[in-house]
Amino acid sequence: MALDWLPSALDLARFQFAFTITFHFLFPAFTIGLASFLAVLEALWLSTGRAVYLDVFRYWLKVFAIAFAMGVVSGVVMSYQIGTNWSVFADRTGNVLGPVMGYEVLTAFFLEAGFLGIMLFGLERVGKKLHFAATCLVAIGTLISAFWILSANSWMHTPAGHSILPDGRFMPEDWWAIVFNPSFPFRFAHTVTGAYLTTAFIVGGVAAFHLLRDSRNERTRTMFSMAMWMAAIVAPMQIVLGDFHGLNTLEHQPQKVAAMEGHWERQRGAPLILLGQPDMAAEETHVLLEIPRLSGLILTHEWDGETPGLKDVPPEERPTNVPLVFWAFRVMVGLGTAMATLGLLSLGLRWRGRLYDTRWFLRAALVMGPAGLVAVTAGWITTEAGRQPYTVYGLLRTADSVSPLAAPAVGASLLAFIVVYFIVFGAGVWFLFRLFGQPPHVAEEGPEETQPIRTSGITPGPAMHHAGPHGSALGDSPKRH
Amino acid sequence: MEQHLPLIWAVLIATAVFLYVVMDGFDLGLGILFPWFTEKDERDVMVNSVAPMWDGNETWLVLGGAGLYAVFPLAYATIFPALYMPLILMLLALIFRGVSFEMRFKAHNARAQLWWDRAFCWGSYVAGFCQGIALGALVQGIEVRDRAYAGGWWDWLTPFSLLTGFALLVGYGLLGACWLIWRTEGDIASKARHHARRLGIGTLGCILLISLIMPFLQPYFRERWLTLPWMLYAAPVPILVAVFAWRFFRAIPATEAREAEAPHDPTGRGFRWRDGAPFLYVLGWFFLSYTGLGISLWPNIVPPSVSIWDAAASPASQMFLLVGASVLIPIILAYTAYVYWLFRGKVRVGAGYH
Ligand code: HDD
Ligand code: HEM
Ligand code: HEM
Repeated sequence: MALDWLPSALDLARFQFAFTITFHFLFPAFTIGLASFLAVLEALWLSTGRAVYLDVFRYWLKVFAIAFAMGVVSGVVMSYQIGTNWSVFADRTGNVLGPVMGYEVLTAFFLEAGFLGIMLFGLERVGKKLHFAATCLVAIGTLISAFWILSANSWMHTPAGHSILPDGRFMPEDWWAIVFNPSFPFRFAHTVTGAYLTTAFIVGGVAAFHLLRDSRNERTRTMFSMAMWMAAIVAPMQIVLGDFHGLNTLEHQPQKVAAMEGHWERQRGAPLILLGQPDMAAEETHVLLEIPRLSGLILTHEWDGETPGLKDVPPEERPTNVPLVFWAFRVMVGLGTAMATLGLLSLGLRWRGRLYDTRWFLRAALVMGPAGLVAVTAGWITTEAGRQPYTVYGLLRTADSVSPLAAPAVGASLLAFIVVYFIVFGAGVWFLFRLFGQPPHVAEEGPEETQPIRTSGITPGPAMHHAGPHGSALGDSPKRH
Repeated sequence: MEQHLPLIWAVLIATAVFLYVVMDGFDLGLGILFPWFTEKDERDVMVNSVAPMWDGNETWLVLGGAGLYAVFPLAYATIFPALYMPLILMLLALIFRGVSFEMRFKAHNARAQLWWDRAFCWGSYVAGFCQGIALGALVQGIEVRDRAYAGGWWDWLTPFSLLTGFALLVGYGLLGACWLIWRTEGDIASKARHHARRLGIGTLGCILLISLIMPFLQPYFRERWLTLPWMLYAAPVPILVAVFAWRFFRAIPATEAREAEAPHDPTGRGFRWRDGAPFLYVLGWFFLSYTGLGISLWPNIVPPSVSIWDAAASPASQMFLLVGASVLIPIILAYTAYVYWLFRGKVRVGAGYH
């Protein structure tokens, strides 16, 4: 055809999926951690009665409302896109993955959506206890959501518990084996801690920004301290979990590990390539910096262990973009190491009582603010690009998964997604930055406090008088302090 | 049991889609009414009246999608590519709308707020219109060969699908107006009454027009509606529509009279069921039209050739999800009802959530 140089419908669909899901995941990566953080803050407020916690809670609640809304609308796109763009995939896998995603909707999305209204607007209406319950339910909902979607995604990497019909459709045989497929526990643990770290570093970055201006604001200090505890404890954990995850991948998807390491030959005592450039045409990696034997040691936990190489299989079975896998992996691991370093340094400074006024450290925390988001995205790119050329690893090729759509249709929708996402989410993110720019105040106004929900039509004055059983939450206003 | 599973699921998914249509219908309807409610106060009240629930309303749409994927994968894999353009447009419109819910309150100046209002309004129009188009295109039929969509990517665009798109906008607008009659008072409510009357006439006109065209779309639709004994089963549908119409046009002035004589309710939490009457009658219309559609399509899920049995997933998949659904859906309905109850009463000017 004369139009050969144009991207195919397949390439466009791939790019569209990658674009929309990467965008989508930025929001849950932040809100999964933020929901738990809010639940912890509210628990601290309820148990200690200290207003600082309520102020910090309210500060982040406003952020949560916006980030969550953006996660929801970008997520709705995902659930439709599998049908619109990957219809063959949908028909083949529907029997297995459909119910898993169905459970996600039934157990998680409704829970989050139902109690979100109470969490954002209901403190006055329901009282403290029920409000706290709503906050916890939303937080639990985000974790349940992660559970199911990661189970579905993991099944695509390590399919199990199914049989295959002659027409290529996957049929469920053992639900337990499907849901708890071999890579799922590792992926779930690693992704959820990744989300917690993402939140911790955003909170830490915002707090550092304000501490650099005023290191005595008790609210920013509280935020910073909590974020740095997370960094110190969870970042090292994440490295250990990542190591386990990698071992699991080595067992099930050796080709992916070979691409992450940039190894072309199967070998014993393989070096760890720190920097280099995999060359797919020449089938070798141009090494800039390597540490002898370390890769073999990490992957096999043996001095002389054997590790796979990309050349173990013919080219059409190898990941389609080795440099992407290789570099994305290095970005994630590099940032993970930096996060753990920052966490350890925070322990030292805390011990010496200098956590809140060491300027170089605050600057470092500020710079590391977006590190979690970048690491999470890089991790997904490693995982997904490393799974290619398959959608269901070893069983269903990406090229055979795509819908019978014309390239112009996919091209037009892709363009529309790019434009709309940049406008809408751009505006949303810009607004988040405006919120981050304001320091948390005493008696931080929530969506609730100064303008309570008032289907009852009373102005704040009378609200105090009416503070019967419902109004008691208001009676505890932090304004007293 | 195994043959009945697809039937049970067809009912469940039809219910989910219906719940979506009426629940997101009235909140999309508010956006559709925006051009006639131009004051900032009015718009704040309108958006506030659904702010705590819109996310839950939209989740029924996600359940509809995920449910199809799980139990009727063939339908999911053929309807969605066939309706590619309207569905993608709908998703994009829902993005604008969903984000402007939060953003219009937080906008720092009047101009920014105006833009978010526009996003909300246009998002509602495009989403509603595309849903109507999708419905019309589905009813007209989707060509399936070898378990795949076999038509072109403009097949969805026909005069009939444009008509159903328009009809759904009118219907959503009506639901929105009736919601306002129920949940607001004073000027907003009386404006809403005015619009509800006109939109009520419009909706009835659309229902009539579509009902007249339907029998000519597919031979078996004609059989359903114009031959005995099917005609007898189908007869209650138009009759009930007429009864509800009569009740509807009487219920609107009744809400007005009540507002004039009722002493001002200082708490606003006094819950007046009867102000919800017009809303309930419109729900009745929607329900009957939807049932009519079901009568026409039965037993197909992708007309004209794929029945719910052809499209169904394996019994094991259907059963696995059914076990959970039968426990979880009642729980979901219970807490959804609780949230609606919690935020009941009249929403008043100057009292935002935000
Ligand atoms: C804050 C986020 C974050 C951080 C600091 C790290 N990761 Fe990660 N990583 C993820 C977030 C993430 C992720 C988003 O959660 C991924 C993508 C898909 C998945 O399963 O987890 C992931 C995937 C992923 C994979 C691919 C697994 C597969 O085959 O699917 C490996 C091997 C690692 N990680 C290993 C590591 C190591 C050794 C790290 C420490 C130095 C590390 N990760 C830090
Ligand atoms: C069950 C749900 C999922 C399905 C059906 C799915 C399927 C796919 C498909 C079809 C592609 C395009 C093929 C290609 O790139 O060659 C892709 C790529 C990708 N997906 Fe997934 N995936 C799922 C879950 C996820 C999740 C949860 C994430 C993370 C948020 C993710 C991140 C990515 C990324 C970053 C790419 C681009 C990789 C590349 O460059 O090729 N995926 N996935
Ligand atoms: C193919 C992949 C994915 C699909 C199809 C998908 C689908 C969705 C949908 C439809 C929503 C909106 C639900 C609502 O209306 O409330 C949503 C939100 C959400 N998703 Fe995803 N999702 C995917 C990947 C992920 C992953 C990998 C995670 C977590 C690890 C995740 C976590 C969440 C969470 C926590 C929410 C709640 C909203 C928010 O926090 O922003 N999703 N997703």
